[in-house]
Amino acid sequence: MEYALKTTQLTKTYGNGVTALKGVDLAVPTGDFYALLGPNGAGKSTVIGILGSLVIKTSGRVEVFGVDIDANFPEAKSFLGVVPQEFNFNIFETPLQIVRNQAGYYGIDRSTALSQTEKYLTLLGLWDKRDEQAGQLSGGMKRRLMIARALVHEPRLLILDEPTAGVDIEIRRSMWGFLRQINRAGTTIILTTHYLEEAEHLCRNIGIIDRGALIENTSMRGLLRQLNLETYVLDLENHLESLPPALDGSARLIDPTTLEIDINREDNLNHFYDVLSANAIRVRSMRNKANRLEELFINLVGQAPAGDK
Amino acid sequence: MTPREQWIAYATIVIKEVTRFMRIWQQTLVPPAISTLLYFVIFGSLIGKRIGQMDGFDYMDFLVPGLILMAVINASYQNVVGSFFGAKWGKSIEELLVSPTPNSIILLAYVTGGVARGILVGLIVTGISLLFTDLNIYSLGILASVVILTAILFSLGGFINAIFAKTFDDVSIVPTFVLLPLTYLGGVFYSIHLLGEFWQQVSKVNPILYMVNAFRYGFLGISDVGLAFSYGMIVFFIVCFFALSLYLLTYSRGLRA
Repeated sequence: MEYALKTTQLTKTYGNGVTALKGVDLAVPTGDFYALLGPNGAGKSTVIGILGSLVIKTSGRVEVFGVDIDANFPEAKSFLGVVPQEFNFNIFETPLQIVRNQAGYYGIDRSTALSQTEKYLTLLGLWDKRDEQAGQLSGGMKRRLMIARALVHEPRLLILDEPTAGVDIEIRRSMWGFLRQINRAGTTIILTTHYLEEAEHLCRNIGIIDRGALIENTSMRGLLRQLNLETYVLDLENHLESLPPALDGSARLIDPTTLEIDINREDNLNHFYDVLSANAIRVRSMRNKANRLEELFINLVGQAPAGDK
Repeated sequence: MTPREQWIAYATIVIKEVTRFMRIWQQTLVPPAISTLLYFVIFGSLIGKRIGQMDGFDYMDFLVPGLILMAVINASYQNVVGSFFGAKWGKSIEELLVSPTPNSIILLAYVTGGVARGILVGLIVTGISLLFTDLNIYSLGILASVVILTAILFSLGGFINAIFAKTFDDVSIVPTFVLLPLTYLGGVFYSIHLLGEFWQQVSKVNPILYMVNAFRYGFLGISDVGLAFSYGMIVFFIVCFFALSLYLLTYSRGLRA
């Protein structure tokens, strides 16, 4: 199998003595849409920093499409497009200048750079804003600008460090659609995000880093299969003041018309329907609560809430 | 990257740098023109007439080469330190660092930007000096080579300063406490022959003395120090500064954690 990214015993100890990575072995197959998750300070951004040469690794081996960064870092970097967590463009420049210059840094001639810039600024809905100062753009536009900049040289591996942070749901959904599209077109994507729903929707494989160590590296489906419980949300027709005794322990009344029930994967729902009918509780609709990955994540990193480390 | 791709990356950074200092010409080109104009009026026209001759030339003629080179030194240094530190501070330098552009190309391109501004400011100051005196050129080749080498050297100095700087205050410390005294004491305004033997020897430790004198030689054909030695000193410092800059660009904790 060809890997877009492979790290072997990747270690990083910063100058202040903090060890951010403790021998991480990561393998992301070519064409994958891979989620790299972990609490704040777990080491995700350090991995990305090493790939972008912004962080110097202490030891270990990193290969990008089989190219060892110690042997030929420029070639390895030519495969990469990186969208960092923080805005890192010159706010006095325009989107056109920022994206076209980035193409130049990859050795793309000026006329090709201009057509590539137009292509990606258009795809990300920024072509109309091409001559405005980047600092004047909205938060969502700035994020999309960084994605356009990372894509202008058409990298084989796109790394996105929390690309939808602070972006409203409409733009987030449109960015998901865009990322799926370029992944289908062959670009391998590694995504870090705090929105676990995002990872669950987009990614096929997942790695979880905690305290500098990779504690899970598996398929999203395989990981979710580890869950024994499914949670369903029921919208009720009639108002309910308290839970029927028969549902105690397996259901929660969120508000007088919303009920959450936990059902073991091996059980069926008929028992619950019987109890609801017996208590004259009428259900208008039911949906699966999309918190499965979050639940697993909290279990795996052994803490709740995830960000309080 | 192929040599052609490296050339494109180099040209992209240079165009970006030149566009930057031309866009803010009120901050980059006008101030040296005004300050030099004042130097010419006060030291050249007013006080200079009472000084008479220096090393056999009118004081104004003696002063012009030093003031031009001083402007070149400041402009090339300020351009690189300002631009590179600004990019580091705003994190936009990461655009370059994550790209496959080799560090040597990044360094050369920033230095070229500094040289371009240094030469442009030098030409502006030269134009202003023509309002006060007729310039005689002894050797155009020496003038061009000294000004380019000096601009390269101080662009590299600005680059090193920018890598070490953590705040905007750090950017102004070196120009204020190192560059300014060395320039003023580097024979811009006087011949070191006016000094006693001891202070002449002390002055010869100042590398700017050699650049100013080599440049003055290009105009007047006179120098306080040997021309070959001056070139040697400039090239020696360029080689040292280039090697240090490249090392810092690759390994400095100021750029990479």
